[in-house]
Amino acid sequence: MRRLVAALLAGALIGAGAGAAAAAGIGVDDARFLLARTGFAPTEAEVARLAPLARGEAVDALLAAVRTAAASVAPAWVDEPFERPPGAQSSEDARRAYQQREIRRGLELRSWWMREMLETPSPLTERMTLFWHNHFVSAQQKVRSAQLMYRQNLLLRQHALGNFGELLHAAAKDPAMLVYLDAATSRRAAPNENFAREVMELFTLGEGRYAERDIREAARAFTGWSVDPETGRYRWRPLAHDDGVKTVLGRTGAFDGDAVLDILLAEPATARFIVTKLWREFVAPDTSHPADAAEIERIAALFRGARYDLRTALRAILTSPRFYAPEHRGALVKSPVDLVVGLVRQLGVRYTDPLPFAMFAAGLGQNLFAPPNVRGWPGGEAWINSSTLLARRQLAERLLRADDPRGLMAGVPAAMTEAMLRPDAAPADAGGANRMRPEARAPFARAALEVHLDVDAFVTASGGPAGASLARILLAVPPVTPPPAGSTPRQQLRALLHDPAYQVK
Amino acid sequence: MPRTAPHALRRRLLLGMAGGPTLLLAPRAGLAQPRPGRLLVLVELKGANDGLNTVVPYADAHYYALRPRIAIRPEDVLALSPTTGLHPALAPLLPVWRAGELAIVEGVGYPQPNLSHFRSIEIWDTASSAQEVLQEGWLTRAFVARPVPDGYLADGVAVGGTDLGPLAGAPRGVALADPEQFLRQARLIDGERGTPARNAALRHILQVEANIAGAAARLNAHHVFRTAFPAGPFGAQVRTAAQVAANPAGVAAIRLSLGGFDTHQNQPGIHANLLRQLGEGLAALKGALEEIGRWDDALIMTYAEFGRRPRENQSMGTDHGTAAPHFVMGGRVRGGLAGAPPRLDRLDTGGNLSHAVDFRALYATVLERWWQVPSAPVLGGRFAPLDLLRG
Repeated sequence: MRRLVAALLAGALIGAGAGAAAAAGIGVDDARFLLARTGFAPTEAEVARLAPLARGEAVDALLAAVRTAAASVAPAWVDEPFERPPGAQSSEDARRAYQQREIRRGLELRSWWMREMLETPSPLTERMTLFWHNHFVSAQQKVRSAQLMYRQNLLLRQHALGNFGELLHAAAKDPAMLVYLDAATSRRAAPNENFAREVMELFTLGEGRYAERDIREAARAFTGWSVDPETGRYRWRPLAHDDGVKTVLGRTGAFDGDAVLDILLAEPATARFIVTKLWREFVAPDTSHPADAAEIERIAALFRGARYDLRTALRAILTSPRFYAPEHRGALVKSPVDLVVGLVRQLGVRYTDPLPFAMFAAGLGQNLFAPPNVRGWPGGEAWINSSTLLARRQLAERLLRADDPRGLMAGVPAAMTEAMLRPDAAPADAGGANRMRPEARAPFARAALEVHLDVDAFVTASGGPAGASLARILLAVPPVTPPPAGSTPRQQLRALLHDPAYQVK
Repeated sequence: MPRTAPHALRRRLLLGMAGGPTLLLAPRAGLAQPRPGRLLVLVELKGANDGLNTVVPYADAHYYALRPRIAIRPEDVLALSPTTGLHPALAPLLPVWRAGELAIVEGVGYPQPNLSHFRSIEIWDTASSAQEVLQEGWLTRAFVARPVPDGYLADGVAVGGTDLGPLAGAPRGVALADPEQFLRQARLIDGERGTPARNAALRHILQVEANIAGAAARLNAHHVFRTAFPAGPFGAQVRTAAQVAANPAGVAAIRLSLGGFDTHQNQPGIHANLLRQLGEGLAALKGALEEIGRWDDALIMTYAEFGRRPRENQSMGTDHGTAAPHFVMGGRVRGGLAGAPPRLDRLDTGGNLSHAVDFRALYATVLERWWQVPSAPVLGGRFAPLDLLRG
């Protein structure tokens, strides 16, 4: 599978870069940097393909490979008829049965997206889909329907590098969003302000660029948007809509929700807000450097001029000289998904079901389809505290031990593995299984037995046992503590994965 | 959000404090001052708890007029006075109330309230005004003003939650979910890396490594409690807090976090369940602290970004509001009602309550009356402490 992926990527790159490869390319280090920043930790094959291209060509190649649909096979239930989550009037049994089914579906959904991230020929597509998941946040805990969360993911990836205005209108009416921010139950008699507030604060303008009155008025405009309980699709309810005159950000009219979104899109603050967020995602967490601030201002104007075309904005960011500024190397903390997907891709970890990787990311603080609140994962340094840093080390340690026929279950007592594999298993007596949902234990254990890492093969493939080159492949900046001279490649690998520099990119 | 203000303000604040910012960098040994092992346990009600259905003004007709569908009926209230009662799910707190060790401070908020979860919790976590943006948590500034003794296992421990909250930026702030697991995993940590870090991200990671090594060297997780801890994630947090408190090596503050209070929809069942977890958890914490003889050394206080709108919304829920009541309990607490009951006849133009007590007055109470630390430099101004503690 990995070979196939590489071949697909090669095709895309050759097409975009033909004829220019002879010009001065970005080189191996910058190619690795660009790939790590726009995707996940890259394989050496990916690096080799990008290195001969000039900066603009390399970015064009990445953009040309962007996709609008997922390649991985979706879980079978996504096409089943929609079932409305049971309410308070349903029986206890019905609610429990529904909840258990949703937990199982939630695991399959995470596994599906994790596979897409691991195997896609366009990691950038996944990074942008994840970016929008963390922007137009919805979470399964409240939406209570894996189907709606799946459909939202398709929507986000369809527009991932399309047009922000279209994405905003579509995401606002997305059923998962309508449920998550309560717009679906907002009525003219008492509008619910939740969506109206977050669309201004978090999706478009940014905090402090509107008044409480704008929120109250906008909430009236959004009434009438709802979800059809039979299909789980968007439905317009004219009787719930307040069709009176509203005043939002100084404009007055009998606005509906779409009209309010257009008012928000007409504000220059929106382009600046989105570009700043993209800058923090791809370039550096601190945007206060004057050279960076000027670039953000320039690109925001460009973005607005291009009517919110996201490729225009991203291309400008990734070709900015500031993107490659030395002080930005290693300035971004890897998110849990970044870390996990990067480890698996770069080290060439083999697996059948990627569920354990989704669960590791969740354990490190990034549970896909379940951001902690509407602001999403705070990210940056907040990813790393004493408990998550320890868990990151533990993960690297576990993967290194997967160089064993029992895969990730190496070192786990056989009796405990057996107990986890039985669907009716009683809680195991020790270790991580205690903190795992009972529904997750058997699928996790089955998948974990099939996760394998061949350390020697990785070391050989990355150019032999030279410590310096291993550090260069694995780390964005030199190690804080270089592996001692004379250590074996395996020891070097372990030391580098445990180095603080491995946590940044 | 103003981006230039924070750094200037922060500088001013730090420079205004005795000792200045050098305390952060100075070796600790000479500066650590003896202090009774007084512990603060903060409990965040994440998402903004509905104060009116927690501490219920059950004699106020306005309350029932504003909440025809979700009000707590007078016959269900646990009466504390002829006008004020608790939500029935908080029954586990009644023994603490009867013992005179539970104070309820009503009407806690701040001027010009911000109704964004994120901005408002930032205001609470950093003890700023609505107009200023500060970086460090208020406990962090307290620990700069009065360093936590060297022998402590950490300045503060955040149990649960995804952030350090009021401990953000603390020199020795540690996040810890399960003490036994923490100790097992800490063996992978090298706390003695010499190289100075090249950027902020790496500096942060090295600091976290050092904190882990420091805490792991002093943490003992083997105390066996007779107290039964409630099932569920909040019960697990309380158990961890009790384990940390049982250590001979102290910690100045523990932060717990119970999430899910953002009840815009179908509030009654969800809210009752949350308050039950809160009440049972706090009662277990009291039991555990008494068992290890630390109840008199402990001050437990709830906080949240704001309260909720007095008028219920159309979805059987409540929207973001302003002032709310908070609980303060401990062996030295002077129990009873403090602050001022909600004036539902005098809502502001947004339909919200005015605050009666600035939240920084609660912090001033902790700083001055609990820890004997001057509060004005930490809080950026003078806030009169409340009379919530016995001698």
